[in-house]
Amino acid sequence: MSLLGAHHNALVTKRIVARPQRLNFREWQLALPLALAFAALFVAPLLLLVGVSFYDDDKITQPGFASWLKFYGDPFNYKVIGDTLLLGAKTVCTTVLIGYPLALVYLDLSARLQKVLLFIIVMPLLLSVVVRTFAWIVVLGREGVVNAVLMSLGVISEPLRLLQTELGLVISLTQIEMPLMLLPLISVMSRLDPNLRDASAALGASRWRTLFTVTLPLSMPGLVAGCLLVFASSTTAFISQTVIGGVRLIYLPLVIWQQSLVVYHWPLAAVASLSLVVSVLSVVAALSWVGRRSGGYVNG
Amino acid sequence: MGRRRSFADLTYGLLIGGLAILAVTIIVAPVIIVLMTSFTEGQVLKFPPKGFSLGWYEQLFDPVKSRQIHKTAGNSLQIAAFSTLFGVVLATLASLGLARSRTKLARVADSFFMSPLVLPGITFGLAALVYFSLLGFRPSIDLMIAGHMIVTMPFILRTTTASLSQLDPALLDSSQSLGASWLYTLRRVTLPMIAPGIAAGAFLAFMASIDNVPVSLFLSNARTDTLPIRMWGMMESTLDVRVAAVSGVLITAAFVLMLIMEWTVGLTRRMRD
Repeated sequence: MSLLGAHHNALVTKRIVARPQRLNFREWQLALPLALAFAALFVAPLLLLVGVSFYDDDKITQPGFASWLKFYGDPFNYKVIGDTLLLGAKTVCTTVLIGYPLALVYLDLSARLQKVLLFIIVMPLLLSVVVRTFAWIVVLGREGVVNAVLMSLGVISEPLRLLQTELGLVISLTQIEMPLMLLPLISVMSRLDPNLRDASAALGASRWRTLFTVTLPLSMPGLVAGCLLVFASSTTAFISQTVIGGVRLIYLPLVIWQQSLVVYHWPLAAVASLSLVVSVLSVVAALSWVGRRSGGYVNG
Repeated sequence: MGRRRSFADLTYGLLIGGLAILAVTIIVAPVIIVLMTSFTEGQVLKFPPKGFSLGWYEQLFDPVKSRQIHKTAGNSLQIAAFSTLFGVVLATLASLGLARSRTKLARVADSFFMSPLVLPGITFGLAALVYFSLLGFRPSIDLMIAGHMIVTMPFILRTTTASLSQLDPALLDSSQSLGASWLYTLRRVTLPMIAPGIAAGAFLAFMASIDNVPVSLFLSNARTDTLPIRMWGMMESTLDVRVAAVSGVLITAAFVLMLIMEWTVGLTRRMRD
């Protein structure tokens, strides 16, 4: 809002305050219905989940720490947690690697082309994850697009195995999570003053130097926000993980699903899902702390 | 010096341009490939697709052969419509109450209401299952509506709060100083001004509900299955080519709806800002 607007606003407010009949309505009370719904349908279930994790048996009759001890006594589960976080890190790397250049190109496009590109970027976000996952089965399958192209070019003689490998999963997640990287990135980058880049070029810096000393540091908040969203989303992408990763690649969401809906051991499922929340959110918190520090450095 | 600079600029153009083209290809190509495969004549998914036929679409729209798919699609639409409706009412009220408040409590409440976006969906799904089962509820459409409402409501809250914060307070003050009641101001000034924001949020919430897997996975049973869960089942067992036809329908629907929302409320601009 402009300074003028604020000034004008202050004048109007002064006049109104002078009048005694101003309606004394407590606006915040309008948030109460939502607060009640959240208490009953969001907070209570999550608290109960924490409570259930402190039971020993699947009938939920014996309170105790056995479920936590059992989950963390098994070295296999450490590997699963590590693999899950690593999957998120790899997906973040690939989305940055090809998403950031696309955001740079977006800045140089005309307003009309920017609109078209933004539409193309947002479109997959509104497309069901199941559809996007299915698309990658068609692309990466034994008789899929990649194998068909490579075999007709004579690069390979036998079809490559891409489904049910981590490589295939990371490629698919790169597309599936890409809008989450690009939206905050483009939002921050299109607010940067284009004069800064022009000034850098006029002073003789190459485009690479301008990228690493001007654009990249200034776009840090958007980049960090994108990384957070992609990380949180790819580590918990149950459908893509199970359909493209198959049963041999095991990540935490699959463990949660097996324990709760196949084995029906809710306390163990609760332990697994709380571990997912804590491990993912602590990485997210650490990343956003780094992001705030780098933002402070740039502005300071 | 000049030569070196132009060489650096050339590698910049090639590398950045090349990666950007790769990014666009990766975003767009799978969607187009699925659309192409859905018109195959063959019985299996293969690329390039064999011939051209609408056979799989005919099977998909056959009310007898695809009865299950139609039923799950109906469930999905019903759940999305009601969860969005309740979400719009609760989120609009809440953001009217919180958006212009400068207190710390209002900020905390706002980020609390946005937290379902950060929490892994599968954790909330499991929590809801345990909670409702221990309370003695059986799986039903109503529970699914409640669960979907919680995880999709933040989209509405975000866009509505954004349009409220762009609203010039002078408008509201002048409306009141001219003697309009709070309710009249809301009806004649505030709501018309923020309606596009609410609509954009409602659209995003509706699509998120149609798409939702983690909550439906835990709260549905055979009778209340939603379309994505059914499609997941079809992909996990035998790879049914009807999945390609369903995908074709969903891609077209998402594309058309997005064009409409872009023209009416400027959807992508709201998502970028």
